[in-house]
Amino acid sequence: MEKIVYQKSKGLTDATLSYCPGCTHGIIHKLVAECLEELGVLEKTIGVASVGCSVLSYNFFNCDMQQAAHGRACAVATGIKRTRPDSVVFTYQGDGDLASIGIAETIHAANRGENFTVIFVNNAIYGMTGGQMAPTTLIGQKTTTSPFGRSVVDHGEPIRISEMFATIPRASFIARVSVHNVQNVRNAKKMIKKAFQYQLENKGFSLIEVLSTCPVNWGMTPYDALQWVEKEMINYYPLGVYKDNYENK
Amino acid sequence: MAKGRIEFDYGKCKCCLLCTKFCPTNILVLDTTKINEKGYNLIRVTEAEKCIGCAFCAMMCPDSVITVYRLEGSKV
Repeated sequence: MEKIVYQKSKGLTDATLSYCPGCTHGIIHKLVAECLEELGVLEKTIGVASVGCSVLSYNFFNCDMQQAAHGRACAVATGIKRTRPDSVVFTYQGDGDLASIGIAETIHAANRGENFTVIFVNNAIYGMTGGQMAPTTLIGQKTTTSPFGRSVVDHGEPIRISEMFATIPRASFIARVSVHNVQNVRNAKKMIKKAFQYQLENKGFSLIEVLSTCPVNWGMTPYDALQWVEKEMINYYPLGVYKDNYENK
Repeated sequence: MAKGRIEFDYGKCKCCLLCTKFCPTNILVLDTTKINEKGYNLIRVTEAEKCIGCAFCAMMCPDSVITVYRLEGSKV
């Protein structure tokens, strides 16, 4: 007898993802959907989509979704969570959305200890608009707005979001994960699930930063892009749990 | 008999080839003779009896194209 060991999550709709071939947004969508499905909270989940490649994620997640203005997903999620405290609320934001225009909303949501989960997809570039430099673009990385590579003098150092948020006392769970191979995909799922569990236990703000790829704008094949994450991005953005207010307590 | 078996939802495949790179037994290959309605080439299973049902291909597939079956009682 055969049994199914892996199939498309019920947390995703039948719509075909609008992402480019090999974009790890798809993997991260799957992980979020699988976590919600396994926790049995799909029916009471409200997601907040951001602006960027993930703007259409309301078509893909099989739960209630709301689209927020650019960078304001955390402000919208705050409103949703406060008016519907029994719902599971998460935001799904890219680095152009969260780390650039939306950094204020996100920091203040964390500082207030709002009880929702932020999935932060860091691919070091603005994907949807055609590969411009993001606050998270690595030093020396070529983009359409930094054709000679990002320089420290002109553009500053890339922002390390997880480290920054780990300094906020009321943020309860901050972790950085990657999806560049099977082992890391499994670990990423574990962390995302933990973040949702914290929310269900009313433990407050959680943010999971997921290192992602943008094969098209990086000018690489999907597999080369995953290797670039492993070799270059993880050097600057080390993986791990940066803050866990409830560990061993 | 093969320990595992995989099925593709070919209409969703974007031919990113990640499944072929992460298959530990290297039985997934690009089939340049076929395309789906989006115009992408398809992935073909060679030597299906070597499939161990580890689901690495499905786990790394961004588009949830692959469903993995495993014989009950068999381990990876």
